[in-house]
Formats: sequence, C-alpha cells, structure tokens
Amino acid sequence: MPHIPESEQRVKFYQTGTLTVGNRLLDLDQRTVQATQARTNSLDSGHRACQGCGEALGARYAIDAAMRATNNQLIAANATGCLEVFTTPYPETAWSMPWIHSLFGNASAVASGIAAALKAKGRQDVRVIAQGGDGGTTDIGMGCLSGTFDRNDDVLYICYNNQAYMNTGVQRSSATPGGARTATTMPLGENPGNAFNTGKSVPLIAMAHMIPYVATASVHDLHDLEHKVTKAMGFHGARYIEIFVPCPLGWGSMPGDTVKVARLAVESGMYPLIEAEDGELTGVSKIRRRVPVIDYLKLQRRFAHVLKPENEHELKALEAIAERNISRFDLLPPQATDA
Amino acid sequence: MPNQPIDQAKPFAITLDAGTSLLNKTGSWRTERPVYVDRLPPCNHACPAGENIQQWLSLAEEGNYQGAWQEIMAHNPLPAIMGRACYHPCEDACNRGQLDAPVGINSVERFLGDEALKRGWTVDVPGHTSGKKVLVIGAGPSGLSAAYHLTLLGHRVTISEAGPVAGGMMRFGIPKYRLPRDVVEAEVQRILDMGVILQLNAPVDDIPTVMAAGGYDAVFVAIGAHLANRVEIPAADATRILDAVSLLRQMETSDAPPMLGRKVLVYGGGNTAVDVARTAKRLGAEPVIVYRRSRAQMPAHDFEMDEAIEEGIVVNWLRTITGADDKSFQIEKMTLDADGKPQPTGEFETIEADCMVMALGQNVDTSILENLPGVEIDQRVVRVDANMMTGHKGVFAGGDMVPSERTITVAVGHGKKAARHIDAYLRGATYTKPAAHELASFDKLNTWYYTDADKTHRPILDLARRQSTFEEVLGGLDEDNALFEARRCLSCGNCFECDNCYGVCPDNAVTKLGPGQRFEFKYDFCKGCSLCATECPCGAIEMVAEEI
Repeated sequence: MPHIPESEQRVKFYQTGTLTVGNRLLDLDQRTVQATQARTNSLDSGHRACQGCGEALGARYAIDAAMRATNNQLIAANATGCLEVFTTPYPETAWSMPWIHSLFGNASAVASGIAAALKAKGRQDVRVIAQGGDGGTTDIGMGCLSGTFDRNDDVLYICYNNQAYMNTGVQRSSATPGGARTATTMPLGENPGNAFNTGKSVPLIAMAHMIPYVATASVHDLHDLEHKVTKAMGFHGARYIEIFVPCPLGWGSMPGDTVKVARLAVESGMYPLIEAEDGELTGVSKIRRRVPVIDYLKLQRRFAHVLKPENEHELKALEAIAERNISRFDLLPPQATDA
Repeated sequence: MPNQPIDQAKPFAITLDAGTSLLNKTGSWRTERPVYVDRLPPCNHACPAGENIQQWLSLAEEGNYQGAWQEIMAHNPLPAIMGRACYHPCEDACNRGQLDAPVGINSVERFLGDEALKRGWTVDVPGHTSGKKVLVIGAGPSGLSAAYHLTLLGHRVTISEAGPVAGGMMRFGIPKYRLPRDVVEAEVQRILDMGVILQLNAPVDDIPTVMAAGGYDAVFVAIGAHLANRVEIPAADATRILDAVSLLRQMETSDAPPMLGRKVLVYGGGNTAVDVARTAKRLGAEPVIVYRRSRAQMPAHDFEMDEAIEEGIVVNWLRTITGADDKSFQIEKMTLDADGKPQPTGEFETIEADCMVMALGQNVDTSILENLPGVEIDQRVVRVDANMMTGHKGVFAGGDMVPSERTITVAVGHGKKAARHIDAYLRGATYTKPAAHELASFDKLNTWYYTDADKTHRPILDLARRQSTFEEVLGGLDEDNALFEARRCLSCGNCFECDNCYGVCPDNAVTKLGPGQRFEFKYDFCKGCSLCATECPCGAIEMVAEEI
C-alpha cells in the first residue's frame, strides 16, 4: 500500500460529529495529540502499572499534550506515588522526557525550584510541570502546593486523582469520596466505608489562590483533557489541573472499564469538569446523557455495600452530592435527557 | 562489582546504567489478547440482494458516487428501482435504529441510482466470452438480474418474455406512484445494452426443445407468480368481482382505466391489497380494505399502511366477506382467539359497494415445468436445491416461483445467486459462498462515540396530489442530504480508523500503521486489559483467551 501522509487520511464513516480519539472532521491542528503517529509517548510501554491503569493513561494524555504545547521543552518533577513506582523501578524508566524524582510531598516545591533556576539562567523556552497523585497533593503536599500557588511560580501542577493512596495498599486520602471502601475505611457498622462530610476539593482551594488557571479533566474525554493542558501551557504562573483517573485495583472495577467508569462519574454528576481563570469559574462541561449515580457505583466493588438496602442512606448521600454538583456548576444542558 | 578507577566511576550513588522500561515485556502478564476483527454489518446481513451496503455508503459519503454505484452494481443491477420499491430490510436491521433512526439506506441507493441514469454510467462487460449460452425465461427482476450477472461472467444470455414488455412485477405489480416506468425502462435498457437479447411475446412451453433449438447450455426459469388466489363467495350474477393482479395489470397494459364504480371493497391485508386501494383512490373511487385479522397481523408493510391511511383509505379490520348480492356485501365480524387466529362471531353487517377486488395472494403457473423429468413441485412452488437448480439438470429456477419471500429484492438476489451457480455448472465446478463473518450486533458497539444526527426525511409529495394523481409519492434526496445520510453510518463491525484503540491504551501497546492501513497490537507490551475492545465504537476488536 502506498504511503499516505496523515493529513490526507480518508475520512471514513460518521462524519456528522464524533467523540473518538481521532475525529477526522476537525482540522488537523484541532485533532488530538494522541491521534498522531508523532506523539511523544512520554510515558512509554513496559511500565508496571496494573492492567487498565487510569493514571498511566491520564499521564500519557497530559504530558504528550504538554510536550506538543511546549515544543518538547519540558521538565517534570514527580512526587512519590504509584506513578513513580510503576514507571521507574531503578534503573529502568518509562519516562522518555527529562524528569526528577522527589519526595511524597514536595514535588511542587522542587518544581518551583526548577522554574526559579530556569529563570535565573534566562531559559524562557523550557517549561516545568509537577505531577503527583491525590495523596501527595491533597494531603502530604498541600503545604508546598499552596506555597507554589501563593508565589505564583511558573509551574503547572497536575494531580492524578484516583481517590486514595493506591501504591501503599489503598488507604483513605482526603480525596476519597464518602462511603468508599479503603483499607482504612472498611465497610463495617452503620455507616460503612469512608465518612461523609469529610475531605476537600483542591480545585476549589486552588481557585481561592486566584492563580491564572485551574481545571478538572477526565480520562474519558480526551479532547477536553488535551484542550485544558494545552490552554494551561499558554499561561505563565501557577496552574493546577486535576485529572480523574479510575484505579481498577483500588476501586474494584474491571480493567477494561476504566474509561467507562470515568465517563459515568462525569455523566452522573459525581465528578464535574470545570475551568477557572484568576479564581473565576469560566467554563463547565455539560452532561451529555445523564445517568443515575447508581450506574457509576455498581461498576466498583468499593461501593458494593452502598447498594445494599440497609445502606440506602449512603446511596442517598452520594446522590445528593451529584445533585449538588449539578446545581452548583449548572451541569445540565438546556434540554438534558434524563436517563 | 570490580573496583573501577575513580575517573571512570559512575556519579555518586549510581551503580547501574539507566535503562528503558522497554526492556520489560509486560505482555507476559496477559491472559487475554485483543485481536482486530471484521464483523458482518446487520444491513449487509439483511439485504436479500447481498449488497455490501456499508462499503457503498462509505464510498458515497466521501462524494465518490460513481464508485458507490459500481459497488451496488456488483450485486444489484437495479439501484434506481430498488431505491424506490425495495422494502429495505437493511433499514429494519440497522443498528442506528436503536440509537435514533436507521440510516436512510434506501434513499441513498435511490440517489445513486438516479445519478447513474442522469449521468449515463455503465458497467464494463468483460471482453472474453465463455462460449456458453444461457436462456432466461421471464424478464422480471429475477430474470433480469440473472441475465446481468451471467453476462458479467462472460456468458451469452437470451431472455424470453411471454408478455409484451420487460419488467415483470416491477410493472404489473408495483403501481407507478411508487415506481415510475421511465426508471424501469432505463435500468432494463442498461442491461440490454450490455448485449443481453430480449425476446418479447415469446412464451416458452417446452424447455428441452427450446434448449436444443437455441443451443442453450443452461436455463434459468423465473416466470414469477401471477395467478390470483380466489375464494368462493356466494354472489349474485350482477356482482362485480375483480382480482388484484388483473386490475394492476390492466392499469399497465390498457389505455382505459378499469371500471370500478364509486365505492370499492378491497379484500386482503397484504401489500397488494394496499396497492390496489391506493390505485383505486387515485382513479377517483372510495376504497375500503376488508381484512380478517387486526392491523398487527397485516402482512402489508407498516409504512405503506400509514401512507394509505393518510391518503384517506378506510380499513375494516377483523371482517370477512361472506356473501354478496349485486351491490350489497355481507360482512361477518371476526375475533382473534388465543393463538391470534381469526374466528367468526356470527355477527353480520352490510356494506354497499360497486365492486370488490380480491387481493388474497398469488400463485405460480407451474405448467412450464410440470412435464420436465425430475422437477418437483410442492404446494404450487418449484423445489430447487442449494444451487438454485431444479431436479432437472441444467434447469435453474428463482424469484417468486420458488419458496421464498416474494419481493423484488429477493428476486434480484435469486438472480445473482443462480447466475453464480449456473456459471459454476457451466464450468463443471461448484460455487462455494465465502464464509460470513460474525454479526456485528448492537451490543458489540460503544455508541457513546457517535453523536446525534437525525435521519433525513425524503420530501413527501403533498397529500392532495397523492390522492388524485399517479405522481411518485416519495421524492429523492439531493446531494447534500444524501451525503449527510450516508455519513450517519456507524460502520458496525469494521474498523474506520477512529484511533480510539491507539489512544486509550494505557500501555502504548498499539501501533498506528497510517492512513488506510489500520493498527497493530504490540503483544510484547499489551497486558490484555481490554480497554481498546471496550472503547472501540464499532466492535472491531475481540478479546481472545491466551493459551496458558
């Protein structure tokens, strides 16, 4: 078969609009980085993440997009966590980009230091990213992160949120949702699983720092995720993106359902996708086909007890969270199709 | 580790050379492997003519209308006719119907068929000939299709038609408001222009004699089913009772329209009954359909019934006609029993009407084959084997005269199938149909990735004009909306290079081979998580267990 350049690929089927990775209806420069043969694969094959790992997927999506946005002039500071453990069992690494390993809680401080060093050397072309999981971000790294935001250092911090400490054996973090089973919040007693009315929203905390850009994204919506990373790289100063990355091991979901679980989290209202600039909310992704919260829960063993009749109060509490997100961020389109 | 001189030592605390994770072949974790497959789209599966619908929609949607038309012509020589008169089982099967509405395959086919007629596209006839001669008896859709395919296979074909004009039921069965005659003439002429000889008013009564006289090596008999079924109803001599076949035939062959009077009872519930009622309406009569079961059991297609009712045709369900006295018809009410069979109630009513038309199905005039040794006729249809051959060697049969659903699309399919088997027979071989892929059923799709797009409705002729004229009821699509309609196809079961598998793999274990060349799995690294298979929109990836 003769070689055909990617720009001349035949548009085959379903051109009235599609959400696939390579939407050929879009102009070349609007198509996703992940659809190109030239993507950098910053996080390459051979890493030791579990089957169907959402974090591995989210990290490649985000860093490949940032690499394109910066013309491959990128340095990452990585917090301890799953992402480091599965990518880099010494002396191998799956990262095909310059990166530095740091402690569990100081990735943002290390990144701030790199940004300061680059500034001192007059290197305006090289950009800095810090990345970590939710434990290293919302709990252990909170102080350093707040400092980076406070100083408005030129760092994009990406948090891969899988809602618990997965690398150490699925312990609760301050990003674990109410009702969820973890090793430290077992499904026992009258209120099984993680306590409700606890935890924190780092995106809203980041907005309160009035930093230039804050966004949440999900591995089920690649176009949106890449758009937000690319947009973030267009700003200078402190930026924060949180990516929703299901964890088949910690959540008890099927490896092949990772993208589906993320999609249902967003479509049920459990995880709102938002954007904010300078502390002001500037955009939300509307729900396309609303689904009941239970559709999202029943794919995950960590919520199995919530579906039992005696724990209906927990199901109601989770539904109330989805309702609150929907009204707070106005997530329903003008004519939403209720499931 | 041996001591190294200080100047060659690794940096502080570094004892091993840095390596890449590519050394770590995570493919060994796998218990299932993803495999790219091609599955059979439901439209192709449902098409009685065996068209590769998905393929021609794909060509049409990029504006390659001639290519799309040629793809249809590989299976069906009558796209403009089919685009009007086919009952499109493809659309009933279309997976998109479970999302919003089926792709308007039929209307795109008509658009392509009309484009071909407008632009004079033709099919290339092979230069070589086999030297074999085939006689086709009957110039209906089945005979024309067989003649066309046999010609493409290099054989010399003569069609003997008993009637004065070619077309069969496409002329004598389907009213012209559904199928304009210039379309039939043009598509028949295109087949004749390929070198097929057509003999009109040439009934065949003795097949062996005609074969010997003409030097034919094989015969395809496709004379259709044109004898009207009748039921005995006690009636006065003055009562006018017609049959649907003769009435529709008279519409075609005679300049004077049939004398129906004002009010016409049409007895039956099939498509022919609806055709007769709609024809009567257009002749100025007031037709009333009388059918012994309820609408749910009517064999007529739903959309035809809908159109008929829109045009003001009255239907009396659950009624039989039990007797007639001049212009007064005795009607008995029926009721459905537990098995859905109609049972008489003993309650009667009377309807005044000027005539009654029986539309109770048709039968085959089997006399042409009755004396042929080996031919079996069972329940008034001709038995054929899997190769479409009758019990008499070299004599094949198809269309309405063999056991099957009686539609022109089935007939066209029979013509193609028979042509392939006749061709094999003439070469002393057997034709084996390639094995079909597994069906791409709706549950194999991930429809999240398709966005909403409503079906484009063909312009429907203004109701007042439908009731009084024989103009075509359904209009055609123009280029813009035909293109849009083709693009609604979901590509069920066949990769359309959407890049989803390439994107969603957390292990970067999919290689994109480039435009038109699809993808390849890197089994060295694929952990078998099945994300690619789950997120494939069109069901073109299957998970297969590894041998452990």
